[in-house]
Amino acid sequence: MTKDSHMKNLLANKMQRRTFLKWSGAIGVPVIAGGVGTKLLIDKQKEEKVASASEWDNVVSTCSINNCGGRCVVKAYVKDGVVIRVETDTQESGDPSIPPLRACVRGRNYRNVLYHPDRLKYPMKRVGKRGDGKFERISWEEAVETIASEVKRIGDKYGPESRYDNYASGQSWGLHGGSTAVRKLLSITGGFLNFRNDYSSGAGNVATPYTYGTNNSGSSFDSLLHSKYIILWGQNPSEMIFSTPYREYLMQAKRNGAKIIVIDPRYTDTAITYADEWIPILPTTDNAMMDAMGYIIITEKLHDQAFLDKYCIGFDGSHMPKGVVKEESLKSYLLGEQDGVAKTPEWAEKICGVPAEKIREIARNYATIKPAALIQGWAAQRQAYGEQFMRGGAQLACLTGNVGKLGGWAAGTGYWSRSNIVYPISYENPVKASIPCFLWTKAVEQGTEMTAADGLQGTDKLSTNIKLIFNMAGNMLINQHADINKTKQLLEDERKVEFIVVSDLFMTPSAKYADILLPGTTFFERYDIGVPWCFGDYVIFGDKTIDPLFECRNEYDVFAEIADKLGVKEQFTEGRTILDLVKESVERTRKELDPTFPTYEEFREKGVHHFKFDEPLVGFKAQIDDLENNPFETPSGKIELFSKTLWDMNQHEEIPAIAKYISSWEGPEDPLIEKFPLQLISWHYKRRCHSTYDNMPWLEEAAKQEMWLNPKDAEKRGIKDGDRVQVFNERGSLYIDVKVTPRITPGVAGIPQGAWYTPDEAGIDQRGSVNVLTSQRPTPLAKSNPQLTNLVEVKKA
Amino acid sequence: MGQIGFYINQSICQGCKACSVACKDKNNTEVGINFRRVYTKEEGSFMHQPNGGIVHNVKSYYFSIACNHCEQPACLLSCPTGAITKSDENGVVTIDQEICAGAQLCIKACPYGGPQYNKETFKSNKCNFCMDLQEKGEDPVCVATCPLGAIEFGSIEKLRKKYGDIRQIKGMPSPTITKPNIVITPHRDAKLV
Ligand code: SF4
Ligand code: SF4
Ligand code: SF4
Repeated sequence: MTKDSHMKNLLANKMQRRTFLKWSGAIGVPVIAGGVGTKLLIDKQKEEKVASASEWDNVVSTCSINNCGGRCVVKAYVKDGVVIRVETDTQESGDPSIPPLRACVRGRNYRNVLYHPDRLKYPMKRVGKRGDGKFERISWEEAVETIASEVKRIGDKYGPESRYDNYASGQSWGLHGGSTAVRKLLSITGGFLNFRNDYSSGAGNVATPYTYGTNNSGSSFDSLLHSKYIILWGQNPSEMIFSTPYREYLMQAKRNGAKIIVIDPRYTDTAITYADEWIPILPTTDNAMMDAMGYIIITEKLHDQAFLDKYCIGFDGSHMPKGVVKEESLKSYLLGEQDGVAKTPEWAEKICGVPAEKIREIARNYATIKPAALIQGWAAQRQAYGEQFMRGGAQLACLTGNVGKLGGWAAGTGYWSRSNIVYPISYENPVKASIPCFLWTKAVEQGTEMTAADGLQGTDKLSTNIKLIFNMAGNMLINQHADINKTKQLLEDERKVEFIVVSDLFMTPSAKYADILLPGTTFFERYDIGVPWCFGDYVIFGDKTIDPLFECRNEYDVFAEIADKLGVKEQFTEGRTILDLVKESVERTRKELDPTFPTYEEFREKGVHHFKFDEPLVGFKAQIDDLENNPFETPSGKIELFSKTLWDMNQHEEIPAIAKYISSWEGPEDPLIEKFPLQLISWHYKRRCHSTYDNMPWLEEAAKQEMWLNPKDAEKRGIKDGDRVQVFNERGSLYIDVKVTPRITPGVAGIPQGAWYTPDEAGIDQRGSVNVLTSQRPTPLAKSNPQLTNLVEVKKA
Repeated sequence: MGQIGFYINQSICQGCKACSVACKDKNNTEVGINFRRVYTKEEGSFMHQPNGGIVHNVKSYYFSIACNHCEQPACLLSCPTGAITKSDENGVVTIDQEICAGAQLCIKACPYGGPQYNKETFKSNKCNFCMDLQEKGEDPVCVATCPLGAIEFGSIEKLRKKYGDIRQIKGMPSPTITKPNIVITPHRDAKLV
């Protein structure tokens, strides 16, 4: 064999120029009247690229605040006012309590985000039909004037419940995003319709508290150094960055000898790096496997009876809440005493595709190798009955007594947090009405018909549908919400939502639906403090690296002007600039929360602050150590494996009182599978943060937008690796290139979520934007997004 | 200081490609030109058991590689213009952009895909071990990048003492061709048997 073919053999390289260029040609260039900035910027970029990366004037430490779970140190090397390259955290203390906060691949591309020629450069107003993407340049004065008058007009005409700030996460982890600005302004001018919950862990956020009384069921990740057996169930921290230091701790856990199992329909990057074993499973069937694990643990007497007796409600007939018969217990369900179906591994194997012997082995290991951590990702709760998945994991943690113990894990949603800073912007919305965030399209269409059964809270009835939408640095307006084709139709009708304001960096699919489109800033162009999701003991200083480019402006400043037009500027700013907000946060954190927090100058100098703790945080340790004085925040004060509250809702089929497998619509047992034989899931791709950075060439090169399909399924359809295919169901249709790979379970197709919806003339997406195929049917209890529950068919394009 | 080289702890490489994109950021290389590359290997198959259970033997790994600044650099030996030199001081192999005439023979000669041809400048270029940064006391960018610390660099002699002598994983060319200055801790599925 020649040396060339050696390497080519191994290196079935995915970095293909051809395919990338093909895509970049397909992205529609927005029609912008008077687009002067682009050429300037491109020239500037070329110029800047000549500059040597090893000559710089100064280094500025800053932080991105997009919606990944991590937060990392970004060091901008600046020469003559231009960022010439980025670096990341260089500290290597070896002290596990101050882990290095290194940027991932997304962070290494930030210079291209900042200087991308497609940046929105000045405010614009829509000139064509809504959604056509035709805009005309306007002055900031006109933009501010228009927004102020529409805010007032719509508020006056329909009432404050008609005004809505849509779920958006593009700049969600700092002190002053666009959404904060909007909400403050709307609050002081009458109020707005609230939403609850999120698109990430929506089913879990509602379900887990029925078991534990809270979503804070996690432990700090350094606790994993004490675990002996770790199950990552549908969790992929290598790609989606749940928490920046998490991977470091997981690696250390592995080095310490923990056995790690990954259960996932895909052989993820996490599985490659950490797993001793990958267990493929069919989407929507996780609870069948969980039930069977419970069955084995109970029938082989591996369960922790003392723990269940002391801390839990509903395990067996003698621990049921008043008024519920003992046949409704978890044990009775698993043994099949009522329905005649014992939840054996053989029963589960038929449903979930995990061999019975494998289920036995994992159940035994999980119950006997202690302490064991069953950690749940959130993908499997973005499914039709996602509530069951989250409570099902918690159920197993209780059966094995792994709750409240160092190195164990309580499962469930799994938030944890023990450090905080002060957020200086506060507001009180006079409107108390709230909807589940996933039902905003319903509130546009039939808001006044919504009831408590739709998750409406704070009022019996809305006085109006949504008429005004702010969409600040978010793509939920079109791209990330389920069923794009349905949402499009809704928004195109200008009689429904009368006015839409979008602020963003680029002409995203959502931005195209703006009536007024504002050019926002990147984190390089403003001051801020970056905070990780509630899984990290640190905060990062976001220093302003350069002045905003073009006419781009911070939303806070823009809304201060709008407030001025409405005569409430003083109330809005309270006399503070963005820099004042940052300084106030630091000062008040020192005063109100933590006197050891650095001063503003120290924080800025160091760029990062680690909160130090002597030992890991163990979820529910207080309750387990002393239940009497620290009851769980449930109605009974105990862990409610059986929730009387859920029972009393009296919808036992879809909202059972114990977690159990519910056969899913558009799951493998749905007869619709005859017509659409593949289960389609999506995942957080390593090169995007949700839909952010989809338009970045280096990242497309690093990880191309493509659908994963098992060789078996590809062969059946005459599809070869690299082929372009059409993926479709009754909701929509898209084109995408295929990666034929054994890294996905047969019968399952996977499309990385977040690609920008790019319809051709016939309205068929060309980019692989998964939400043309997803459904708006909410989960039963949380009314949350089931976006990983889809049946589709695939054919060669 | 003697010959320097890379240590790649492939056993913990998660294929994130941060190293590769960071290298692009430092060297301003366009799409298609990658001084550091991350390759993927995936293989295996599935069987359905009679009861519906799925069994598999899937194996997969990532591998990050740049230029190995070889003892016997095939690139250098192939270059007709003498643009490629190997430093006496630290063994770093570089392509002089002033001299390179774009013959691309180095690209054919190197078994590791090290040199990368730029269709706009009609020249080849490759990893220079970030010597410009090293001279200023900084680490090479890829080393400073890897979130898991899977890339190290230094005196190859010391690296070999510390990490052993593996220079080849499954699918990689034999190290006898160019004598690469690389040490690898292979991924569990990438070990040569
Ligand atoms: S890896 Fe390739 S380019 Fe680098 S020195 Fe060796 S032969 Fe030359
Ligand atoms: S040493 Fe520098 S040039 Fe070489 S691969 Fe690493 S980052 Fe790229
Ligand atoms: S940065 Fe590290 S983990 Fe990521 S691909 Fe490169 S070597 Fe692997």
